[in-house]
Amino acid sequence: MRLLMGNEACVEGAIAAGMRFFAGYPITPSTEVAEWAALRLPEVGGKFIQMEDEIAGMAATIGGAIAGKKAMTATSGPGFSLKVENIGYAAMAEIPCVIINVMRSGPSTGLPTSPSQGDVMQARWGSHGDYPAIALAPSSVSEAYYVTIKAFNYAEKYRTPVIVLMDEIIGHLREGIELPEKLDMEIIDRKRPTCAPEDFKAYKVPEGEIVPPMPGFGEGYRYHITGLIHDETGFPTNSMEAAGKLCSHLMSKVEDNVKDLIEFELIDVTDCDVLVLTYGGTARTVSATKKLAEAAGIKMGIFRLITVWPFPEDELREIVAKHNIKHVLVAELNHGQIVREVDRALKGAAGVHHIGKINGDILYPKEVLQKLQEVKANG
Amino acid sequence: MADIMASNLIRQTFRTDKLPHIWCQGCGHGVLMRAAAQAILNVGFDPDKVCIVSGIGCSSRAPGYMNYNTLHTTHGRAIAFATGVKLAKPELHVIVMTGDGDAAAIGGNHFIHAARRNIGITTIVFNNSIYGMTGGQYSPTTPMYDTATTAPYGNIEQTFDLCKLADASGASYVARTTAYHVPQAIKIFEKALLNKGFSVVDAISGCPTYYGRKNKKGNAVQMMKWMKDNSIDFKTAEKMTADEIKDKIITGEYKNAPAPEYCEIYQKEVIDKVLKGDAI
Repeated sequence: MRLLMGNEACVEGAIAAGMRFFAGYPITPSTEVAEWAALRLPEVGGKFIQMEDEIAGMAATIGGAIAGKKAMTATSGPGFSLKVENIGYAAMAEIPCVIINVMRSGPSTGLPTSPSQGDVMQARWGSHGDYPAIALAPSSVSEAYYVTIKAFNYAEKYRTPVIVLMDEIIGHLREGIELPEKLDMEIIDRKRPTCAPEDFKAYKVPEGEIVPPMPGFGEGYRYHITGLIHDETGFPTNSMEAAGKLCSHLMSKVEDNVKDLIEFELIDVTDCDVLVLTYGGTARTVSATKKLAEAAGIKMGIFRLITVWPFPEDELREIVAKHNIKHVLVAELNHGQIVREVDRALKGAAGVHHIGKINGDILYPKEVLQKLQEVKANG
Repeated sequence: MADIMASNLIRQTFRTDKLPHIWCQGCGHGVLMRAAAQAILNVGFDPDKVCIVSGIGCSSRAPGYMNYNTLHTTHGRAIAFATGVKLAKPELHVIVMTGDGDAAAIGGNHFIHAARRNIGITTIVFNNSIYGMTGGQYSPTTPMYDTATTAPYGNIEQTFDLCKLADASGASYVARTTAYHVPQAIKIFEKALLNKGFSVVDAISGCPTYYGRKNKKGNAVQMMKWMKDNSIDFKTAEKMTADEIKDKIITGEYKNAPAPEYCEIYQKEVIDKVLKGDAI
């Protein structure tokens, strides 16, 4: 048993997943991710570099992945804003990599040491154009470890950037964690091509596969990578047919596999008066509210997102229908972001309510309880 | 057609099915790209271990034509991507092909910090003193009082001397050449490639379409002639007054001072020591 903070645990998870390259830039409250990576990576023969800025941190991470390594970076809001152009590049060029975003209070420089969950929509839509997003939100230190391993698995399997949406609460939380000597979890590595180099088409998806195999630079397959629209050879083209095919592929590789990507935890949803949907650090407030709610005579269910993107809209709709749930309360540390997804998913099937906060403080159980009472009284 | 006409050099180093290139008639970039290809061939690098990285702009389309591991990245970020590639796989020969806007404006921070680290990357700046791809805006190397579409009354900003910038930032090999001086360019590129640390070549190119036309510097031939007639070497320049060298292109080797390379230091001073248990 070790005492680690969430920021450190995600580095341990990353190393267990095979991460051997980290490029980043210091920013509160994610800095310990970089510090731990700087300390730990050389022990496993990996490389760490502190780049000159956030943009370079993202660029070098993608470069490391192109050279064949599992690569990661970490940041917080202001840095995430700077990284999004290159996150879009990684999505377009289908480069697997992981970005840890330890969310702090914004906008702008905001409250650097205070928690927030204000980057949820940015994680989905941050870069320009249509591209898929995968984002996972841990609610404990051990979950930070496992979610980071999953983030690498998804990145490698779907050849796309994956975001771990931590918040300052989990990033700086210290908890006991059992680091397994032998990981009881599949580790996915990108597939390498098996054909002769002269037959290799860098962006041709083989029959029955989700993404093309990806050789590292220097492995004998000389190919071209670009952020321009490209055809299956990897070279730029202005063909609308090729553009449509590529952009549809980028979206469908995630949209067609949401069942594989979606993970959530359900607690006492049967016969609940109000279903509280939450994620990340705020889930801890919600779980602490449960006893208070019971004492107040409110049956409270919990729908805790682990996968934030893609959002489990079908699953939520089914659960609400199956259990005849009348009210869904979304608890998140922002002015209302995931609540929009909930509203969109439910299409009026239940009352959708929101409790959030944007002053840098966490949500407290008594505040959630008060909101539950209001919802119940008005419903 | 391209394949029938291609020289041995072209066949060995280019993706002939991607030619002809997109550059305008008279652009110096094709000459510089060919010289770079010749240098890569001359130094005998294993083509499977050569990685060419670029950003955005006219120059940055070069890697797409070249038969190596090629990476066309985002505007200004070529050196940052290249840093990741090089550190993750130091056995690769990493070359950045970039332009004056890409390297010195939007990517200026990466340029100076890669130089400071002396990481093993050869950066060739195709310097045509203009943003060509977007149609002729002034760049950090547009001479003062020259005109551009965004400097219709003349450019009032000082220019960057990329050799001085690279030197002051810590690059271990720094040189300048032009698209006219092809034998010199090949020689300089070879030396830049063989230097283990960060090498910078400020490769002067001509843009008759925008820079030349806007500044009445003539057509492609006249711009080439201008490079020929106005270039002097660094040794000659030393003996001239500031006024005399004002409009000259000073070419040749500016700095050749081999120094420990970043990835080698990381391996030796960090990884090896940690693994042996004798890290500080």
